[in-house]
This record gives sequence, C-alpha cells and structure tokens, in this order.
Amino acid sequence: MPPVLVFAKLTVQEASRRRLLIALMILTLIVVGISAWGFNKITTVPRSDGSLPSHTEVVLISSQLLIFVVFMYSGVLALSAAVVAAPLISSEVESGMLLSMLARPVRRSEVVIGKWLGLAVLVAIYAVGSAALELAAVDWATGYFPPHPVVLVVYVGLEGLALLSLGLMLSTRFSGITGGVIALVAWLMAWIGGIVGDIGTGLQNQAVESVGIISRLFLPTDGLWRGAVNAMEPDVVLAQLRAAGTFGRANPFAALDPPPFAFLMWVVVWFSVMLGLSIWSFRTREI
Amino acid sequence: MAEPASVSAAAAPPGAAATAPAIHTVDLSKRFGRTVALAGLSMTVPRGEIFGFLGPNGAGKTTSVKLLLGLIKPTSGEAWLLGERIGDLTTRRRIGYMPELFRYQAWLSAREVLALHCELAPLPRSTWKEEISRALDTVGLSDRAGDRVATFSKGMQQRLGLAAALLGKPELVFLDEPTSALDPVGRHDVREIIRKLSERGTAVFLNSHLLSEVEQVCDRVAVVDHGRVIAAGTMDELLSGTAVRVRVSGLDGDARTRLAAFGPHDDEGEQLTFSKLDIERVPELVSAIVALGGRVYEVAPRHQTLEDRFLQLLHEDT
Repeated sequence: MPPVLVFAKLTVQEASRRRLLIALMILTLIVVGISAWGFNKITTVPRSDGSLPSHTEVVLISSQLLIFVVFMYSGVLALSAAVVAAPLISSEVESGMLLSMLARPVRRSEVVIGKWLGLAVLVAIYAVGSAALELAAVDWATGYFPPHPVVLVVYVGLEGLALLSLGLMLSTRFSGITGGVIALVAWLMAWIGGIVGDIGTGLQNQAVESVGIISRLFLPTDGLWRGAVNAMEPDVVLAQLRAAGTFGRANPFAALDPPPFAFLMWVVVWFSVMLGLSIWSFRTREI
Repeated sequence: MAEPASVSAAAAPPGAAATAPAIHTVDLSKRFGRTVALAGLSMTVPRGEIFGFLGPNGAGKTTSVKLLLGLIKPTSGEAWLLGERIGDLTTRRRIGYMPELFRYQAWLSAREVLALHCELAPLPRSTWKEEISRALDTVGLSDRAGDRVATFSKGMQQRLGLAAALLGKPELVFLDEPTSALDPVGRHDVREIIRKLSERGTAVFLNSHLLSEVEQVCDRVAVVDHGRVIAAGTMDELLSGTAVRVRVSGLDGDARTRLAAFGPHDDEGEQLTFSKLDIERVPELVSAIVALGGRVYEVAPRHQTLEDRFLQLLHEDT
C-alpha cells in the first residue's frame, strides 16, 4: 500500500478506535430523533382556529427550519474537523510518534496528503450519513424534501473540508490548541464577514459588501454555506426573496443564487494553496 | 589514543554502496540560530561495528542522529549512510531507528504497530508474519503481541520501539538511549541484542549517556561535548590510564584546589577520584595531602573506567 494510503488508513483507524465516529453517530441519531419529532409537530399540531397548515405553509416552515438544523450540522462538522485536524501533525511531532515513521522511506508530503485524505473520508462519511438521516427524517415527518440534496451534501462537506485543510496547515507549525483556536476564530470571522457583506448588499453599500467578498477569499466557508442554503431553498421561498429585492439578500440563512462559477474556481485554488502550504511548511520544519 | 574531533580520517566520499562504510561524515555541522548544536563532525563507522556516541545532556548526540537520518538538514558538511548521501529515501529501507522519544500509536496493538512499520519499510507482505514474530520474540513481547500499546509500561514501549528498529534485518541501526526506561534485566537483554546485531554484520550507532552500558558493548566510542567530538577511539585507546581513589578528611577548599596539580579529579567530599594519575605519583599525592593537613584513610589505584575517562574529558573541555 502506498504511504499516502497507509497514513490515510491510520487516521481513519485512530478516529474509529478512539470512538470519535461512534460518538458522532450517537449524537447525530439523537439530533435526528429530536428534529423528526419537532418537524412532525408542524403538520400535526392544529393552529388556534383548529385548522392544520396548508402544504405550501408546511413547505415554507419546514424549508426554513431545515436550514437552521443543517446550519447546526455544518457547524458540528466544521468545528470537529478543525479540532481534529489542528493537533494531527503537531501532537505527533511533539510526542515523537512521527520520528520513527519519518525515518522510513516516507516523504513528508505523503504524511500530509495521507492525513488530509483520511480526515476527508471521515468528513465525507459524516456529511453524507448525517444529511441522509436528517433529510429522511424530515421527509417522513413533513413530506418535505429539499430540491437539491446532493448539492447540499457537497457544499456542507466542502465546508468541513475547508476547516480541516486550514487546521492541518496550522498543525504543521503550531501546537494543537493554538491551531484549533486560530481555525475556529477564522471560521467565526468568515461567517460574521459574510453577514456584514449581506448587510452591505441590503444597504447597497459597496464598501461594506466587499467585506463579505474578502472574507470569503480568505476562508470560503461562508460562501460554501450559502451554496448549501441555496440548495435547500424551495422555489416558493426563492420567489419571495427575489420579490424583496436587495433586502432579500441581507440574511445569513438565505441565498438567492448558487455560488458563482468564479467562486467555485477560487475554492479549488484555495484548497490547492492550503495543501501546498501544508506540505511546504512540514517539509521545511525541523523536527 | 585516537585523535580528538575526528573518529578517523574522513575526507573523501565513500566508495561503492556495497563496500562503503555504514556511516561517513565530513565536517557535519548544525546551528539552531546562534546555538551551535554540532560543530564539524567527521567520522567513519565501518560495517558491523558497535559505535558508542557519548556525551552529557545537550551535547549534540540526538541532533547528530537526526542529521544522519535526514530528519533535520545540516548547516554545512556532508554525510553518507551505507554509501548514499543522507536523506536518500531508498537507503532508509536498510536502516532501523529507535528514537529517544519512543511513542507509538496507543490505539494499535504491538503487532499492528510492527505491521505499520513493515508497511512503511516497506517489506514484502509475505515476510511480515515472520518478521513481526521474530522481532517480538527478540525483545520479549511475544505474549503481549495482541495487546494495545496503551496498556504497555514505558519499558515495554521501549522494547516495542527496539522491535520496530529490528524489522527487515537492517544493515545499520540507530539506537538513541535504548535502555533509558528499562530495568537491569532489560538492559542486559538489549546488550545481547546489540551484540547479535553486530555478529550478523549490522552496524549499530548507540547514542547513550549510560557509560557502563557503552563500555560493555561498544567496539569504539566518540565523546561529544558542546557539539564537538573531544575524543574518540577503541576502549583500549581511550582507557589507557589509571584512576586513583583516595578517602581523606581534613582538607579545606583551598587544599582541594591545590590538588589540581595531580590532574583532574572528581571531588565527592570524603572521596577524591583522580581520573588519570600515573601510579608512580601516588606516594607524592599522599605526601601532598598530609602536608596540606589532610588525613588519608584509603588509597585505591584501579584501571580507568569509561566514567573516569568521560569525566576527565569533560573537565578538560571546560
């Protein structure tokens, strides 16, 4: 097996043996159960006049509620990816665990790519698994299913991958705690930057709007989140948002359009730069 | 007595890989900022030799090992392992290494850790089972092969590290403080393992500050201090002098200082050990102690140990 795959397998094995996967699975099942119960109440609990909500109302409420629930999932995924990735290399350097492995015919780039790959598999498993369970539960409870479920999973997964890439890059130079804190602060700042940009859009203020653009260039997580939101918006909601003009865009839980092609290209470049930086940083580090 | 600052003449690159020495360095140096970790290490370690690398803490021993393994880059100088330049990936297939910091994946079993190293080495999969069994048997961990490393004591983890270094019958093995966590029985076992490695032609680079261990097992040693090799040679070359232990009382600080005329000595209160004193000067020493107001209870000349020589060398270096 090539060293890249050996390190990828080792990363997945560690997450499994350390019970990270089982912990996430149990938490996900609890959240899915609670949210299924909550969504079910939308269709079964009558209003004050005794009537049940119409199908359009159910779609409207369910779609918006689902966006909040998925935001929680994307947050868990992003935070977990950052927390797991940040000490991935630094802790093994500090403890000396990597020394005996690096004395083997192994390139440092293979260590970095292998660990990235292993974590990426875990992110993908969590993104696909949690989304499948949650969407199935919402469908069962309300009959609502988002229009683009695959696109939704891809964007949520990419958001987790972005935090994992940032965390791993930081772990080549910083301790786990420092790298984890930097990654989490960066993620929150990117989200706030996106909201500030939205406000700029709503106010038609170019300068404030550019804050959002710049923050998405540094860390594309908020832009990817908007892609996930757009994939969950039913046509009826999109029509209402369009009718609201620029004010319809000033909402961190709304996205009128999918991310532009140029942004997606930038995401590809950003991932390449992040992985390249990680490899360069680790190769030039003396351990 | 071999020359200081060089283990043997080392100027030209080694020859063909098959006959090349296990280790060959020329003026290998390493600086970390303003700190000189290693200053001009030149040495040659032949195949099959057990080579001891001695020095106090912070002398540059581990830095030397990491440089040779390509884990850090030299500031200047050149080095070859098994005839290939340091850092060459292919050569690492023929090298075993047990680091001073011996930590292994706590969530894996001993057998899985060794399988991981077989995979990275890389060894043919058909040989793994035999290699792993042999390595575990050699270090005495066969009965714990299936247990997670998390349940291992420090000594057992160090044995596991040694087992990993032995996989694939390497031609050169670096052991960095290999017995630091072992009990006397474990240390004895490791010495036997090292001797057997040498018998089958494997060169062993033993990094240690446990002098008695080095004295018992090494063919040649180099003493390093402040990043420089201050002495090197075979045991016979290094330990040619006589040490004299004197049990005294009644000597004040000034008197003890005057005894420096008899060469470097280790002052442990009632016991003074003159690490390199000609046996003919012993009566003169006793007379001097009495003249300085001291009382002599015991004079015990003995063959110089590596510890005597080591302390003497460090004393001379400072």
